[in-house]
Amino acid sequence: MSEATPTGRPAQQEFEKVLAGATTSVASFDEERLTLLQRLQRFLHAYPTTVPFVVLALGLLLGVAVNPHRFTSASNLSTVLTQVMVTGLLGIGQTLVILTAGIDLSIGVIMVISSVVMGRLGVLDGVPTIIAFPLGLLCGAVFGYVNGALVTRLKMPPFIVTLGTLSIIGALITFYSRSETIGMQDIDEQAPFLSLMGDQVAIGDVRVMWGTFLLLIVAAVVWYILTRTAYGRHVYATGDDPEAARLAGIDTDRILLSVYVFAGFIAAIAGWALIGRVGAISPTAGENMNLNSITAVVIGGTSLFGGRGSIIGTLVGALIVGVFRSAVSLAGLDVLWQEFAIGVLIIVAVALDQWIRRVSK
Amino acid sequence: MSVEPILTCRQLVKRYGRVTALDHCDFDLYPGEILAVIGDNGAGKSTLIKAICGAVIPDSGEIRLGGEVVSFSSPIAAREAGIETVYQTLALSPALSIADNMFLGREPRMPGFMGQWLRATDRGRMARFAREKLNELGLMTIQNIHQPVETLSGGQRQGVAVARAAAFAKRLVIMDEPTAALGVKESRRVLELILDVKKRGLPIILISHNMPHVFEVADRIHIHRLGRRLTVVDPKAVTMSDAVAMMTGAMAPPMQAEAA
Repeated sequence: MSEATPTGRPAQQEFEKVLAGATTSVASFDEERLTLLQRLQRFLHAYPTTVPFVVLALGLLLGVAVNPHRFTSASNLSTVLTQVMVTGLLGIGQTLVILTAGIDLSIGVIMVISSVVMGRLGVLDGVPTIIAFPLGLLCGAVFGYVNGALVTRLKMPPFIVTLGTLSIIGALITFYSRSETIGMQDIDEQAPFLSLMGDQVAIGDVRVMWGTFLLLIVAAVVWYILTRTAYGRHVYATGDDPEAARLAGIDTDRILLSVYVFAGFIAAIAGWALIGRVGAISPTAGENMNLNSITAVVIGGTSLFGGRGSIIGTLVGALIVGVFRSAVSLAGLDVLWQEFAIGVLIIVAVALDQWIRRVSK
Repeated sequence: MSVEPILTCRQLVKRYGRVTALDHCDFDLYPGEILAVIGDNGAGKSTLIKAICGAVIPDSGEIRLGGEVVSFSSPIAAREAGIETVYQTLALSPALSIADNMFLGREPRMPGFMGQWLRATDRGRMARFAREKLNELGLMTIQNIHQPVETLSGGQRQGVAVARAAAFAKRLVIMDEPTAALGVKESRRVLELILDVKKRGLPIILISHNMPHVFEVADRIHIHRLGRRLTVVDPKAVTMSDAVAMMTGAMAPPMQAEAA
């Protein structure tokens, strides 16, 4: 039983009397007992984007070691940047979804159908670009909405939902495009704006497509939204611990829905860049891009379990894939070894993420 | 007694199918007090607390806050009315920073163009406010306001959750088993925190199974049994074993208890 002391504080319980002799700090960290490995784990936990930057540096060193002259040549850098462009854009959309602990397998086909919609309307049907282009973007957002609505209303796992829409949209692409490819000449005559992202500017000797700048702009906007607005914090919170987010007053279903719409819209922007990159509007271009985008996100350090990751990581992740592919091909190895190297990177990245996350346990 | 209760519940009923969790339950909380709610498992105390914090909507009965009838459709509605809850799970987002967690769901915007048009959160103000609130409660063993909550110890996390509730509560704070997951030293620290919050004038509803903690900090103890208030006792006038006996039905409540 307790009685009030003169100071108004209740007396301690009998068994707690010995606490006077204990240290007064509340659970200070035992820094001095950490091993070097634990320190590294702590550091990476605090600065998770370090890993992709280190891997990128290793990739660059590898490239230089393999073939210093050709790897650093202007044409090779141009090639790497061009390869990264579309994957990077899709990766940004994919990052938003993965931050909520979801996944969007349909992001690649949403990109393609958006580019086909822009192209068929603008080039073949003679719709003015100023209408055809926004309709293409809208198309991406609408398919994103379908994904989001199925995930939030029917409470279905995102993997299954987007696996389904991957097939459905794939079929719709074949149906709507009649498997026809629209060539560069037609695009340039009817709607040159659609292939604008493939136009190049020279920075020194390196030729850079406009799409690369588009990538940087989209990345900057999404980075701002994620890190500087309440909405962005809510995206992280929803992926981190949905129950805690709900108790804090966040409408997690609204966040989830918006993230899929956002990802679909960004996929449509990627579709625009794709037209320039491929130099045509093709229903079969970029078929594997959905997996490539997931690869970029994961190698960039974003956790598939949600709540952790960044846009900068995804950009670096996309660059890592491009640099490693370039290095392997300059080494004169078969293309299959590119795939092999990327596979190893994915597994190492996820294993590293698991290890870093264990710091709080 | 001339002091009006800040929160009263009258004849609350909540049924889950054939189970009656609240059976015409009454409840009173007075300004500035710590009211502990104890009861055996299944007595319905968590349903009572959920009815007050908006997580459960009672089938019938009346809740008055500051004399006015209220009916909360969600925990958010209760929060807007000035009732903050420290959940047993703490409801913190582990990967977000302390400052982000303090403001989760009510982030302040920057003034001017950045806030109005670009919807930028006022990160400087959030950091200052969080640091100030943690300081007030003597929690500045936490060095960096931007460190993720998952890097904190259990007691420090509890401290952040309590600081958040105390910072935003205008009427009262509900604390659900705040010491359940903590060690001896950290529990002591949290009990001091609870008293600090009380000193700032906020009444507190404390749900706990830990009788020594309840008897140490509570001004009055609401004993819940079989879905209703059995009695309210004064911790200075009743022993712990008597309280447990009443709570489990082994002993009848004292007759004068209602006046406590």
